Amino acid sequence: MAQLSADNHGLRLVVRYTVLGLIALIFVFPLVFMLMSSLKPDAQLLSDTRSLRAFLPVGDISLDNYFDAFRRAPVGLFIFNSVIVTGVTVVLTLFICSAAAFAFVFVDWRGRDLVLTLILATLIVPFETIAIPLLLIASKLPWLGFDGLTYGWLNSYQVQIIPFVADGLTIFLFVQYFKDLPGELIEAARVEGASWWQVYRRVVIPLAGPVLATAAILKFLVMYNQYLWPLMVVQEERYRPVMVGLQYFFQLNRAWGEIMAYLSLITVPVLAFYLFLQRAFIASIASTGVKG
Amino acid sequence: MASVSLKNVRKNYGAADIIKGVDIDIADGEFCVFVGPSGCGKSTLLRMIAGLEDISGGTLSIGDRVVNDLPPKDRSIAMVFQSYAIFPHMTVRENLAFGLTIANAPKVEKDAKVAEAARILQMEHLLERRPSQLSGGQRQRVAIGRAIVRKPGVFLFDEPLSNLDAALRVDMRMELAKLHNDLGATMVYVTHDQVEAMTLADKIVVLNAGIVQQVGSPLELYHCPVNKFVAGFIGSPKMNFFDLMVESGDDAGLRISGPALQEFSLPLTGAAERLVGKKLTMGVRPHDLYLSGDGPLKGTVILVEHLGNETLVSLSLTNGQAVIVALDGDTECRVGQTLKVGFPANKVHLFEENGNRVAV
Repeated sequence: MAQLSADNHGLRLVVRYTVLGLIALIFVFPLVFMLMSSLKPDAQLLSDTRSLRAFLPVGDISLDNYFDAFRRAPVGLFIFNSVIVTGVTVVLTLFICSAAAFAFVFVDWRGRDLVLTLILATLIVPFETIAIPLLLIASKLPWLGFDGLTYGWLNSYQVQIIPFVADGLTIFLFVQYFKDLPGELIEAARVEGASWWQVYRRVVIPLAGPVLATAAILKFLVMYNQYLWPLMVVQEERYRPVMVGLQYFFQLNRAWGEIMAYLSLITVPVLAFYLFLQRAFIASIASTGVKG
Repeated sequence: MASVSLKNVRKNYGAADIIKGVDIDIADGEFCVFVGPSGCGKSTLLRMIAGLEDISGGTLSIGDRVVNDLPPKDRSIAMVFQSYAIFPHMTVRENLAFGLTIANAPKVEKDAKVAEAARILQMEHLLERRPSQLSGGQRQRVAIGRAIVRKPGVFLFDEPLSNLDAALRVDMRMELAKLHNDLGATMVYVTHDQVEAMTLADKIVVLNAGIVQQVGSPLELYHCPVNKFVAGFIGSPKMNFFDLMVESGDDAGLRISGPALQEFSLPLTGAAERLVGKKLTMGVRPHDLYLSGDGPLKGTVILVEHLGNETLVSLSLTNGQAVIVALDGDTECRVGQTLKVGFPANKVHLFEENGNRVAV
């Protein structure tokens, strides 16, 4: 009986890992195709797509496409811009949304539930519907910078950052996580003399690692993949992010190898960021019961 | 150290009154225990003293200051929670020093106070550990240590031993009593366990449904409960109650009968005339009952519990009512046996129909 049960267990494991392996392959294939194609000249790239060679580093392999991509577009500048915009937005989002969620969960104030409901309601408003009004507002806003007081935020980093530093989904993630923290920890800190700021900084944030990682990854993906908004508000090359930069490769002499090289270059930071935070990300998805 | 005074303190959530006008004075250095069943408002009252719940009405003073509207940090209190509430991301040392760190105390002072608290609670060897590496008792000790370090005017304990196993609870109880003696601090302690209340308290406050039922020393409450609720709540095993009718009364006392009792006399003279014809409830503690061939109670043994030092016998009286009798540990009894039980007249507690003690 025990032998039978052990056999069944083994069989189940084999089936499970086979299925998981197949699913993983399906997800990995496009990435492998992209990386392999980025190493091949266009003619070979196109002919290889008819066979499994498309997924293998065979034939005329070189890094030429990468050098050509850098010649065609200021790839480094685009990546730099995206990293700046994404990085600053992620940091500001984590602070602002966690602080907002803290106020919603731990501080008692009049109208709290109504305000939270309104914020969560914004989740169902598609960005495209507010893009034009937002553009009009952004084009007139004042800004105090190195050049003194100016009006209009178009062609800047702040126009790509500030509209996105708070959002309903991230606040919701933090609210859900904070609600699961034991209330007595917060009360204990209050009794010990901590101010709300000290409770936030010394107790709540150190315990919020998993949700910070989740929110960071989700925000990173949204910001790094921004296309419509920067296309609308940035006309100057020096502020252009990676996704808008992709256009350079679809104008005149379309070269698939260069496109694949460019895509490989801009995908690496995302994968690296995800792998860096993966463990915390999965822990948080499991604990908040929210799908990413 | 500080005294605590509550004058007509009330708490309501919308239309629901949770605390209905409580008056309590806790002297400087006193160990006061709030006791009562679940939902009686004892924890709410403690949290109001801590400043974790708003006060709907009345005056709450700590020392000579009215603290109604002061935040917890300005009340000179420290609190120990049922769940310990120690910070999982900090070491024991950091937990103990938390309040001092928040107050920006100098490192030398912090180290000295943490060392002293660790010495008092014998946990010097645990200082660098994290809470996840501690047992339940050790965690509770850290929580108590965190309270000691700040030298507050008043210590508040919210059912601190409820999460510990029975043996550890007894140990910690003794440690708390010793701590109170050593520190001489004012302590307010909430529990639903009347044994904890009896063993620790200088003063017990019995609460029920947001109302103070009685305030007094453990023995006052035990020997002279002001109503049936207190009589039933204080003492273990619980007091036995019997419905009675006062048949007649004269200078010699009262003639009493009841559905499960043989008629008997009670030498209660002060209120004899007033009580004649009245329905009363008689309370007798299990430890005041004894085997007696001519006792007024007769019943069949339905359960025998040998505890070693005593034997608890549950009897079913003729009307089906259950009675617990605490007998000597060596008493031989068996289920199904018929026993007659008596009690000394001076150990009887009489309560009127509204539950109040009969005033004599």
